[in-house]
Amino acid sequence: MTIPPVRLPNEPVITPQVVAEHGLSPDEYQRVLAIMGRTPTMVELGIFSAMWSEHCSYKSSKVWLKKLPTKAPWVIQGPGENAGVIDIGDGQAAIFKMESHNHPSYIEPYQGAATGVGGILRDVFTMGARPVANLNALRFGDPAHPKTRHLVSGVVAGIGGYGNCMGIPTVGGETNFHPAYNGNILVNAMTVGIAPSNRIFYAAAAGVGNPLVYVGSKTGRDGIHGATMASTEFSEDSEEKRPTVQVGDPFVEKLLLEACLELMATDAIVAIQDMGAAGLTSSSFEMAAKGGLGLIVELDKVPMRETGMNPYELMLSESQERMLIVLKPGREALARSIFEKWELDFAVIGHLTDTERMVLSWHGDIVGNIPIPPLVTEAPVYERPWTLTPLPPVLAASDVPAPAGWNASLIALMSCPDLASKAWIWHQYDHLIMGNTAIRPQDGDAALVRVPGGHKGLAMTSDCTPRYVQAHPETGGRQAVAEAWRNITAVGARPLAVTDNMNFGNPQKPEIMGQFAGAILGMADACRALDFPVVSGNVSLYNETEGKPILPTPTIGAVGVIDDIAFAVSSRITTDGLAMVLIGETTGWLGQSLYLREACGREDGAPPPVDLAVERRNGDFVRSQIANRRIVACHDLSDGGLLVALAEMCLAGGTGAEVALPAGNAVPSHAFLYGEDQARYLIACNSGEEMVQAAQAAGVPATVLGYSGGGSLTVKGLLSLTLSELRAAHEAWLPDYMNATE
Amino acid sequence: MKARVHVTLKNGVLDPQGKAIGHSLNRLGFAEVGDVRQGKFIELELAETDTAKARARLDEMCRKLLANTVIENYSIELVS
Amino acid sequence: MKSAVLVFPGSNREVDVAQAIELVTGRKPQMVWHGDGDFEKADLIVVPGGFSYGDYLRCGAMAAQSPVMAEVKRRASQGVPVLAICNGFQIVTEAGLLPGTLMRNAHLKFVCRDVHLKVETSQSLFTNRYQAGQVIRVPVAHAEGNYFASEDMLKQLEDRGQVAFRYCAPDGTVDGSGNPNGSIRDIAGVFNETKTVMGLMPHPENAVEPMFGGCDGRALFEGLVDALS
Repeated sequence: MTIPPVRLPNEPVITPQVVAEHGLSPDEYQRVLAIMGRTPTMVELGIFSAMWSEHCSYKSSKVWLKKLPTKAPWVIQGPGENAGVIDIGDGQAAIFKMESHNHPSYIEPYQGAATGVGGILRDVFTMGARPVANLNALRFGDPAHPKTRHLVSGVVAGIGGYGNCMGIPTVGGETNFHPAYNGNILVNAMTVGIAPSNRIFYAAAAGVGNPLVYVGSKTGRDGIHGATMASTEFSEDSEEKRPTVQVGDPFVEKLLLEACLELMATDAIVAIQDMGAAGLTSSSFEMAAKGGLGLIVELDKVPMRETGMNPYELMLSESQERMLIVLKPGREALARSIFEKWELDFAVIGHLTDTERMVLSWHGDIVGNIPIPPLVTEAPVYERPWTLTPLPPVLAASDVPAPAGWNASLIALMSCPDLASKAWIWHQYDHLIMGNTAIRPQDGDAALVRVPGGHKGLAMTSDCTPRYVQAHPETGGRQAVAEAWRNITAVGARPLAVTDNMNFGNPQKPEIMGQFAGAILGMADACRALDFPVVSGNVSLYNETEGKPILPTPTIGAVGVIDDIAFAVSSRITTDGLAMVLIGETTGWLGQSLYLREACGREDGAPPPVDLAVERRNGDFVRSQIANRRIVACHDLSDGGLLVALAEMCLAGGTGAEVALPAGNAVPSHAFLYGEDQARYLIACNSGEEMVQAAQAAGVPATVLGYSGGGSLTVKGLLSLTLSELRAAHEAWLPDYMNATE
Repeated sequence: MKARVHVTLKNGVLDPQGKAIGHSLNRLGFAEVGDVRQGKFIELELAETDTAKARARLDEMCRKLLANTVIENYSIELVS
Repeated sequence: MKSAVLVFPGSNREVDVAQAIELVTGRKPQMVWHGDGDFEKADLIVVPGGFSYGDYLRCGAMAAQSPVMAEVKRRASQGVPVLAICNGFQIVTEAGLLPGTLMRNAHLKFVCRDVHLKVETSQSLFTNRYQAGQVIRVPVAHAEGNYFASEDMLKQLEDRGQVAFRYCAPDGTVDGSGNPNGSIRDIAGVFNETKTVMGLMPHPENAVEPMFGGCDGRALFEGLVDALS
């Protein structure tokens, strides 16, 4: 018989409206009543509301996420923990994940983006890894939309502000613009860290009686959900108690990182978890649930930043920079000394029990008492109805007009928002700290950092082509994984694993659920064929405003390894006389291409198909040639096709090139040069003939297009632009756009 | 006792933040705004009752930490 | 050459500079915690980059008041060389070891990119492996690197040859085009009167390996080894 909890003074009565305000459906609330055997207290209701929210329970996405491959010999920990863990050799593990902070960033772009970075950093270092690189994938609305400029400015400043202060280089990512994101921007932040593979820390609590310790910043009223509790009734000082936007303090998180790593070097920790979404609730709950234990949390012992905080606020606050630790008995003094040295709060706030119940006490009274296993097992899981988007008809090249002027068409593409230089953005990110950055932003398809302590290189990328996913989710999902795999390959690294950040609209609409389902099926297919498992991820749903959803955006973050970083290549052409060789077959696929959208104002046609066997064959060939030192520079082809890739290589290295369409080519010129056929790479090498021969032996199509050199980019008979003209167009768009009002 | 310290940039020191603020106000339609200087406002609770002592100590606090006297001025206000 | 690298709460390039020193000298520096009022004798003291105390109030203001800085001031007054980089430069100006102050970048944004610097003199412990007028390429990474000093102070700096580096164009022209932050007279780094303390905003420690930023920063550390061993 459990002791019924005490209700707090002025605690509101739970009405259907209160339940609805907590985001629980009537059915879900019936489950709560069944589990509790009585009406819950407000704190208990808040806990169910948080744990059964879409964000914490993945109720709409779980059935689909299960279809993703998550295993490989090098996977140490797949989805289900704070981040994924893979073995990268020499006793080292890479720990990584990508997470979204979309809705908060739209409301308060600086703090939304900053706290997004803070949150993903904690997810990685809570497992024992020192973070070594950050990446981010940003999707903004139409540049002409009145809010876009402000959002870009705030998000970029916030990512930089947090990451730079933490001292972690932000080395890569992508930034796109499309009207579908006008009301819902996407901020996906990824962190990769390194840890000794035999010293990984997990969240599962163990040891009945072991102390539960809170460290980091004090708790305030940041980001508390549940409008009810912000209202006047619960306490006297109503006005000052309105929920506030989460504000991050990267300085404190830097101290927290150092203190945690210092504690992790001792044997004091049993389990550790960061307090992210739903703060103390989700962290304490997950630690106990994973360990099959219960806990007692003495809420009055939680370090508080504000006066008059109540248990509800303490359990649901999303104050940043806090961790929850289960220590071995007797290690409290050691741990305290470390956190006090770093000037952080440290408090023993409870202990583990064997009751499998979460018991909350407040100045001696029990104010909450929830059985843990049923909350997990009875958590709603929905198989929402879905309808798949049918494959659109293939668009023939003959249905797409060729450019009126070739020079102008390339200038226009290179200066369009999606392809324009993003230097204005990444110059605000410290991408050099730690002294291990081997490939700087825009110099390669993947970011590449040296793994501390040796010669290995860690290649990382983030990719997705949302317009492909919108047209045909399964193809788009497959393509996103394939392109991430190509990006890693193009610098010479072996692709190892994926973290997926699924950004979609309202899953209660069958066509949106169908987008999710389709994307997952495509992703799963690619992950399987490429031995590229998903080890972590995040889902963000309900990204729509006034019924208008975003483009379905399954952002794929990926990590790979090159055994000796000295063998890696960038996409910069810095020497004259190199043979420019096109690897892979070109049919001139213009459906859903950037050329079609930017030059013709159309977004129709089927997206380019992805043949995974061909991807594998072509990529493995390219990687082997890089390892043989036969490739000087390499770029995989994607948005804008061949001509854009060539222009990017020339601009990155400051060297021109002269190429021609292959003899006997039957594909229309614009389709050949701007088509977005998959599984292709453009490489610069010393001997074109040798490369073509080696490719033929491997069954890989290859053709020499021309040679590097000079100060212009020339396609014989079609276009010729000086690098300075091209550079001016490429580099001007974004700064001109951002500075426009001044 | 409560103390309020205002820290401002000395005249002649370029204030790009103030300039940016002024431009933003102008763009929002407040054409009447001319020069803008941005400073800092620091409020302190002091366990001191003697105003002369408090003022002297605050002066020291400003010179030692709260203001960089190379480029900043400060003013102190005591609120009982 | 024995060196000491200070570590404040929020320092974040102490490892970068320690690595650079180890690479060039073969010897790991001692890492000195800000709370320590004393530390082993060192031939060179390094105040590294970062966001000490979160850059709150003013960059370097609070770090300048720490126990370890009191000891650094004492040793500097006895001629022990001090190399102060980025946040380190901010800390030592706040501590009064170098003239002037670092303010918010003129364009108000954090900037991380390569810059070109003109070495003003080779007559110092820090720059003896460069030639006067030499142009080097090193990165910057800061939001508050805008150097300012009063007219009187500037006159003194110039008259006494205390300017160590200026931002310049790739060909060495000092005309503002190479200035990433608005620093007065394109000043990127300064010496104290005895040229035993040098502060600079750019990061030579991130330019010591060919694959990772180029090697132009190496000569600064090599010069120190030559002068102090």
